[in-house]
Amino acid sequence: MTAPVPKPSLHHPAIDGAAPAERKAALDQVIAAACGIILGKERELRLALACLIARGHLLIEDLPGVGKTTLAHVLARALGLQFRRVQFTSDLLPADILGASIYDRDNGGFTFHPGPIFAQLVLADEINRATPKTQSALLEAMEEYQVTVEGRTYALPEPFFVLATQNPSHQIGTFALPESQLDRFLMRLELGYPDTQAERALLRGRDRRELIANMTAAMSPTTLIAIQQNLSTVHVSEALLDYIQAILHTSRLSPHYREGLSPRAGLGLVRAAQAWAILAGRGYVMPEDVQAVLPAVVRHRLQPAADFTDHSSDELFKPLAAVPIP
Amino acid sequence: MNTRASSPTPLRNETLFQLLAVLGLVVLPHATHLPPWLTALVFSLGAWRWVAARQGLRLPVTWLRVPLTLLTLSAVFAHYGTLLGRDSGAALLIAMLGLKLLEVRETRDVYVVAFLGYFLIIIHFLFTQSMLMVAYMLVIVTLLTTVLIDLNRGRPTPLPVNLRLAGSLVGYALPLTLVLFVLFPRINGPLWGMPNDAYSGMTGLSDEMAPGRISQLSLSDAVAFRASFDDTLPLPQQRYWRGPVFTVTDGEGWRSGRRRDTAAIQSPSYRYFGKPLHYSVIVEPHNRAWLFALDLPASVPPASQITGDFQLLANQPLRERRRYDMTSYPDYRTGPLSDEERQRNLQLPAAGNPRARALAASWRRDTNSPLEIVQTALRMYREQHFVYTLSPPLIREEFVDGFLFDTRKGFCEHYAGSFAFLMRAAGIPARVVTGYQGGELNEIGNYLIVRQRDAHAWTEVWQDGVGWSRVDPTAAVAPERIERGIAPGLQGEGTAVRFEWTRDQLFNQVWRGLRHGWDALNTRWNQWVLGFDMQHQTQLLSRLSLAGFSWQTVATALMTLTGTVLALLVLRRLDAERRGGDPVTRLYQHFCKKLARRGLHRTVNEGPDDFAQRVSRARPDLARQIRSISALYIALRYGGHDPRLQLTRLRREVRAFRP
Repeated sequence: MTAPVPKPSLHHPAIDGAAPAERKAALDQVIAAACGIILGKERELRLALACLIARGHLLIEDLPGVGKTTLAHVLARALGLQFRRVQFTSDLLPADILGASIYDRDNGGFTFHPGPIFAQLVLADEINRATPKTQSALLEAMEEYQVTVEGRTYALPEPFFVLATQNPSHQIGTFALPESQLDRFLMRLELGYPDTQAERALLRGRDRRELIANMTAAMSPTTLIAIQQNLSTVHVSEALLDYIQAILHTSRLSPHYREGLSPRAGLGLVRAAQAWAILAGRGYVMPEDVQAVLPAVVRHRLQPAADFTDHSSDELFKPLAAVPIP
Repeated sequence: MNTRASSPTPLRNETLFQLLAVLGLVVLPHATHLPPWLTALVFSLGAWRWVAARQGLRLPVTWLRVPLTLLTLSAVFAHYGTLLGRDSGAALLIAMLGLKLLEVRETRDVYVVAFLGYFLIIIHFLFTQSMLMVAYMLVIVTLLTTVLIDLNRGRPTPLPVNLRLAGSLVGYALPLTLVLFVLFPRINGPLWGMPNDAYSGMTGLSDEMAPGRISQLSLSDAVAFRASFDDTLPLPQQRYWRGPVFTVTDGEGWRSGRRRDTAAIQSPSYRYFGKPLHYSVIVEPHNRAWLFALDLPASVPPASQITGDFQLLANQPLRERRRYDMTSYPDYRTGPLSDEERQRNLQLPAAGNPRARALAASWRRDTNSPLEIVQTALRMYREQHFVYTLSPPLIREEFVDGFLFDTRKGFCEHYAGSFAFLMRAAGIPARVVTGYQGGELNEIGNYLIVRQRDAHAWTEVWQDGVGWSRVDPTAAVAPERIERGIAPGLQGEGTAVRFEWTRDQLFNQVWRGLRHGWDALNTRWNQWVLGFDMQHQTQLLSRLSLAGFSWQTVATALMTLTGTVLALLVLRRLDAERRGGDPVTRLYQHFCKKLARRGLHRTVNEGPDDFAQRVSRARPDLARQIRSISALYIALRYGGHDPRLQLTRLRREVRAFRP
């Protein structure tokens, strides 16, 4: 698949105000910093950033060793976010993620010890290795932006972004996320192998850990929050909503899918497209924005119908990509 | 039918007021034929409804409306003596319209009343089909449509907006109307068929000539017919329009004899000389069968015949304007008389008018030549102080004697009648011909207008070798009558007729110009719109090489055509809706179409910017234009910008775009 780069804004003084351009400059710096470490994955990086701006959560599904963890690290460093990593295993308990109240001898009461989820960027590594119970604890926190332990509710920090990784589910000893849980992730990315040139640079280059350690934040969390809050100001025209509805409609009518896209998926599509427009420095959404985020937002929510034999995800996605732009 | 019908929609007062005003305009022209009390009733009912709406009063309850309706119906019946026919039918409808206003409460009622209004507009064409009335009706139709538009608006809308929409709707309808007008199959009859009660009160020549009949007509300015000539106009002294011919006399009056329907012009003994006159006549309805033609007609219009004495008779009484083409020869020679014809044209009452008979007998003794007798008689009229007047003194008995020897004051029928009497008494076959003489030239339309006041009577005498020839004794008395025509409305009691004013006054000329221009316009209207009958339609179709199709074929073709056009319009509309009917999208599609013609096709799922980049790479020479247009389109369609801001620019750039 060709890597669509966010469209350069067609500069038109009457169209673009100053604020979108400033945002774009700041975000471009973040991308540039990240691209210096994760080579040849600009598109994925941008999608991940878009997901973050849209206040969604990201699922990265791929084989081990393609840089899933590095991506999370780099994003956290480039945005100056507080970062925690949770390695999911089959014996991981919900309390290991959320935190627990532990008896404190000094003051004679229970004190809540926040778990690793109380971070701005949480890497949930190999989420499909944990039991469904633990998985759902994480997913609930992702949805609610808060954690309730023993009757008390604790707000999660802002921004809050979960980056979960998953090995392809045909590996033995995993608990595949049910579809209902997959729906909670705004996007799912596959990193894939780097291309020859990028891999060569990677092999020749310095240790990635070292590079990450030396990174400085290209943006402050406050700026990120401001950008997140600006998301809804990105204009979505009626014509664009027509397009999104046409996509949803096609997914629901097409015989290729077991079920159509949910309204949540549609909502996610709008938000992700808005975020993509912000990355492009535009104050409105274009059909190209929708097309850029469409595979990442939609693919994990669609199941092939029983008689649809070609399981490759590109084939599965084709009917939606072919929806005419109204 | 639909939800609107089942659930009453309240009526806005503004709509009601508009409706009442327009209905007033609908009824107004009908006031010319309605009894005044009915016009007053309808307008007061409308006023009642108006006040009730303004003051929020309750409308009259059923027990009041029912007697009111019955009363009105009886009054209409009492006035006309019937509820059938054109006049009483129209009156009935208008009365019902007024009464219906009292129960206009909902949207549904407005529909009923508005459609009744449309119907009344059409009804009025049964009374008049003048050009002005058509223009007026067109305005009223537009206004009534405006009311219907306002009715269907959810919220109050400014009148000009509705008017513009109604105007464009009527405008769209006009081409279709024209096509249907030309092509819609005509039945063999008038455009506006009317029941018999419509024909009372038409003026024109009568089927007998009694002293005073024609002089009555002479006071009438009404147009009898118009004649337009293909090339040359006839000379004033040739403008004798032949009408009824009379052969039977009782000594005072004249009437036509037994009708002999022999086709005179086909007889080989009639010969014509010189150049023929080709012309067409549009005759006003006069409820008789006569058609008028110059002496002597040499052709017979369709659906009519010519009699042995050269009268043209239509098969049906003329109840509509009729247009026909004619050929006449001013120089002619008719053939010999049969004994029976000679007898008829020498007929005189057994007794009476002895002095006239004696005079004729004395002429007869002096000479044997009919020509000399005719000239003697004309000399007598000329030299013995005969006066041409519209109000001759009454002659109680022995009419010819009284006129010739006592009063010597008369109008054309006196002269024609007495002259024919004298000729017959002198043994020369003679008959009286009535018709019209002269006509006013309309320089603008280049045609002659012949009015009722041009009605005239003259005589024909028969001579051996010559046949029938025209002798106009009036010309001997008052040659100006023949050369100039008769001036309207200037005849005082007992005074001699004054002839047309000299025409050098500027005012008269301007006035004449206006009058003639208007008449010319109306003549065109009569000729091409009202006169467009089955025959003319056939002619037109054959000129378009569409002749020979039956009316069923034409009707089917028209319906198919209309259906196809409608279907195409609906499809286009649906298509526009599917593809986004707004101008921005259309302009962009136009732009894409221009590129597609150069082989650069946009796929349906290709975003505008992707497409712009792709075609810019393919055509770097156009890149600047393509980017500009695309940017404008994206900004307008997706950027949430006010379309009015940049639409003109987009339109201009797309138009200027020449890939």
